[in-house]
Parts: sequence; C-alpha cells; structure tokens
Amino acid sequence: MTANANVANSVPLLPAEPRNASRSIPARGRSNGHAAIVPIRNFESGAAKVWLQDVSLRYKTETGAELLALDRIDLKVRQGEFLCIVGPSGCGKSTLLHLIAALQKPTSGSIRVDDEYVTAPGTDRILIFQEHGLFPWLTVGENVEFGMKMKGLSRSERDERTRYYLRLVHLSQFKDSRPHQLSGGMRQRVALARALATEPDVLLMDEPFAALDAQTRDLLHDELERIWAETGRTIIFVTHNVREAVRLGDRVVLMSFRPGRIKREFEVQLPRPRHLEEVDVARTAREVLDDLRDEINKSLEAEYADENRG
Amino acid sequence: MKTVASDVEKTSLYASDSGIQAKLASTSAPAAPTSSPLHKTLRKVARQVIFYAAVLGIWALLAKLRIWPPYLFPAPWSVGEVLWDGFKDHSFWIGIAATMKRMLIGYGLSVVLGMILGLAVASNKFLEETLGGLMVSLQSLPSICWVPLAILWFGLSEKAILFVVLMGSLLSVTIAMEDGRKQLPKIYSMAGRNLGARGFRLFWYVLLPASLPYIVSGLKQGWAFAWRSLIQAEMIFLTLGLGQLLMAGRDLNDMNQVIAVMILIIALGYLVDRLVFRTAERILQNRWGLAPSI
Repeated sequence: MTANANVANSVPLLPAEPRNASRSIPARGRSNGHAAIVPIRNFESGAAKVWLQDVSLRYKTETGAELLALDRIDLKVRQGEFLCIVGPSGCGKSTLLHLIAALQKPTSGSIRVDDEYVTAPGTDRILIFQEHGLFPWLTVGENVEFGMKMKGLSRSERDERTRYYLRLVHLSQFKDSRPHQLSGGMRQRVALARALATEPDVLLMDEPFAALDAQTRDLLHDELERIWAETGRTIIFVTHNVREAVRLGDRVVLMSFRPGRIKREFEVQLPRPRHLEEVDVARTAREVLDDLRDEINKSLEAEYADENRG
Repeated sequence: MKTVASDVEKTSLYASDSGIQAKLASTSAPAAPTSSPLHKTLRKVARQVIFYAAVLGIWALLAKLRIWPPYLFPAPWSVGEVLWDGFKDHSFWIGIAATMKRMLIGYGLSVVLGMILGLAVASNKFLEETLGGLMVSLQSLPSICWVPLAILWFGLSEKAILFVVLMGSLLSVTIAMEDGRKQLPKIYSMAGRNLGARGFRLFWYVLLPASLPYIVSGLKQGWAFAWRSLIQAEMIFLTLGLGQLLMAGRDLNDMNQVIAVMILIIALGYLVDRLVFRTAERILQNRWGLAPSI
C-alpha cells in the first residue's frame, strides 16, 4: 500500500483472495532461472522516471474550431513501472505518447524524464507504433540497427546488439528478411527489438498489438512481460483494450473523452505472470470498464453528432 | 570470438523459451511461394513470340499481295534491309548517339531541377499555392508549343532543343516529386525522428528512401515526356538525330526509311523503359512487397 500512497485518487484493486502461491511461480530472469517475474521495485516517494506536469494541448481543427485535446494532465511514472493508459478512441492517449517522445509539443505544461525537461526526440524514449512503423526499404536486421546507427555506435557493437535483440524476440533467422515477408506479429516483435536496441529508459507503446489476431497477441503479452522483467525498462502502454491493460500494467490510467483528462487511476496488484483469461484479470477489467463505459458513450455520441453535421 | 561466446550464453539463457518459440513459429510463419515463376515467364515469352510473328506474317502477306504500291506500303524485308544498311554505314548509330546525348543532357537537367522544385513546392505552403498551380496549368501545354519561343530565344541551336526537352519533362518530374513528398506516410518521418535521425540524416536515411517509389514513377514519367519532346523537336530543327532521319525519309519519299526509323524510336523508348524503369520498379516491389503507385 505504500507504493500507491503518493498517487492521488488511486484505487487499489486487490485480488479477492490473496494467492501467495502464484507469486512464487518461477520465471525467466536475467540473473538466474528462478527470479520471480515480479520486478522488485523500491519507489522513493516523489521520484519519477517520467513526470508530466499540467500538460495541455489544444489545436485548431480543419473547420477552424479550437479543440482541447489534453487538459492539464498530471502523471508520474515510476522507474521500471509498467503503466497502461486506456480510454476511448479520440481521447488523446496516443497524442500523450507523442508528447513524451517530443514528436509534438504541448501547448502548455512540462514533461520531464529523470528530472530533465524533454525538448527534442531522443533515443532514451522510443515509441512503438500500432503498425507500419518499420522501414520497408531495410531488412529486419537493418531496421533493428537503425537507431544505433543514428546514435553513432560502431559497426561491431551494432552487429552484436542486433543479434542479441533479434534473439530476444526470437527472430534470429529472419535478420535478412524484408518486413513485408513477416506476419503482423513478427513485425511488431521486430519493432520491439528495434526499440530495445537503442537501450531506451522508457518504452512508449501505442496500441502495438491492436492489429494482431488474438492468439498472436496472447503470445506477445507473455513476450513483452518477460522482456520487461528482464530488461527493467519503464513502459508506458496505450491501449483501448481494458483487459490488455489489466493483464500487463502495474497501474492503469483511465482517460476521459474530449477534453482528455486523467479520470481515474487503478493499481493492479494481481500476481504475475498473469493471463488474459484469468478470473481476477477479468474482474479487475470489469471495474475499469464500468468507468470507461461513460467515456465510450460520450465518444460515440460525438462521433454520431459529427456524422449528422457532415 | 568473444561475441560468439556471449551468444552461446544468451542462447542457453533462452533455452527454456523453446515452448514459446515453437508457438510463435507455428502461428506466424511467412507463407511459402506456391507457383514456379520460371514456368510462368516462359509461357509469357512464348505467347509474345507467337503474337509478334503473327503481326510480321500479316504485314508480309499484305506486302506480298501488293494491295498498295511498295513505295506506300513497303515489305518487312525491305525495311529490314534499310535498317541493316543504316547500321552498316553508321548513319543510324550516329543518329541514335546524337539523340541519346541530347536526351541525357536534357533529361538530366530536368531531373535535377524537377527534384529541387518539387521538394521546394511540397515543403512550402506559399510556393505550393502559387508555383504549384502554375505548374499544373503549364503541364497542359504540349511541349511542341515551346518550339517557337525556343527558336526566338536561342535560334536554331542545340540549346533550343534542350530547352524544349527540359520544358517537356521538367513539370512532370516536379509534379510527381511534389505528390510523392505529400503522400509520403507521416509515420516514417515520425519513426525516424524518434530513433534519433534529424536534419540531413533524416532526409538521407528516411525521407529519401521512403519516397523512392514516388521518385521512380516520377522519373519514368519524365523520361517518357522528354523522349516525345525530343523527337518532335528534332523533326522541326532538322539537326542530326532520329527525328531528322525520320524527316529525311519523308523528304526522299523513302517509306522504307520512315518505317525503319519509326521502329528504331519505338525500340529505343521501349528498351529504356524496360531495362531502366521496369527493373527499378521490380527491385522496389521485391524489397517493399508492394506495387509502387503507377
């Protein structure tokens, strides 16, 4: 309970009955084969890896109307935390990632990573797109190498790391393939390897599995959870799928629709590794979903209104 | 050697993942090719050979029947003879060389200028609204209409021909570049910047390769326009070249030569299209796994 004591209006969601047995399930780890998949996190109160303070974004639509996309977002993401952001489409959750990646600038407010203000894109914060983020003119290996090349790493180091990260996502044999020769799931794993290869502190994932079929998505959840535990990265994961968010996140942030605000936060304290079909995951997702439903209705109403006007 | 050792270590680390690996492999293996491409190509070539043999046969038959006098409708063999003689006494070689030299200079100029103009127009709102519109309207002007202006400006000179070629293909290259730059999916530039590319490196490693399909189709279109403009200009300026050889055939009332030179013009245009542009497109298709636009 101490971990979320400093998070305002967060709601701890504990499993109905504590399942201590599952906490000690042996999992793969970097140091030894028996490290638990739950990373040990000692949060100092106030210490934040990513810190968004009073971030707002407004822009003009094509019709000239001014739209408040994000409204005074305050968010602290802890070192090594797996944070999921859910919200209806159009709530500005992807835009939030673009702001952290500095691909877009906020109208007001500040974004800090390790207490440094974010002003330009940097390889400490790598964004993984929903799809089509790979460069089709490069091979899989060259794609993974790209960020390292831009960083100016030596050829031999690039080769070594490319091999390492392709192995990490189980795609070693596909180093010389072209992205279009791979399936959607494989492509997203390449994107993950490409992002990890620059060794970013923060991984920003923008609905990375939304375009995949259910089985592939399940497998990639396991993969991502494993890689997260092994590398200890901070992950900010945007999705519209509440179950996915509860399955993966330490914390789930629910955003409201137009203006995009943080409506509520949920600490997910279910033991890892989790599974999408687990009762606890479903029950927790249910609670988040009840809150989300209002926002989805609002977004649908706005959509229909747009349609009627058009 | 050190890397190999560390790799082995990493392999053993993930040995326990073989279950996941197997699952991943079974759900997401790429499809294997199904039909033999060689077989298809052979069949296509055979069909083409039959078609062209039939065309030649009909032509020969019509000539043999002497429905029209030979000075109006020459036989394929007498056209073949003129082609043979033309290459033997080097007059066709010289004509082709002169034409291709102009082509390379004029087309080269229009590619360089067209790329610069296209990028400028695509990246500047003011230029797009002004120059962009002007270019589209100028594009509707057949390139032969530039001939009188060129003659008055440059006289009956090499420069005038090059000017006509330039005006003929510059605009199509520019417009294709501009379209390409605008249609370029935003995600590539975002991904590139996100991975640390900026400024020139962003242009060189991301934007340029990302727009290759558009560039190739622009260059191809530009070549076709340049080729037409050049032959037209040569027919009017009557300086050494394929266009002039064609007009010489008319002046001498030599139908054999007229047809022979026409065949040359078609063959050259087709050859460049096949060898240069189709090849480039095919390479792109194989790499990108998609049909480039146009």
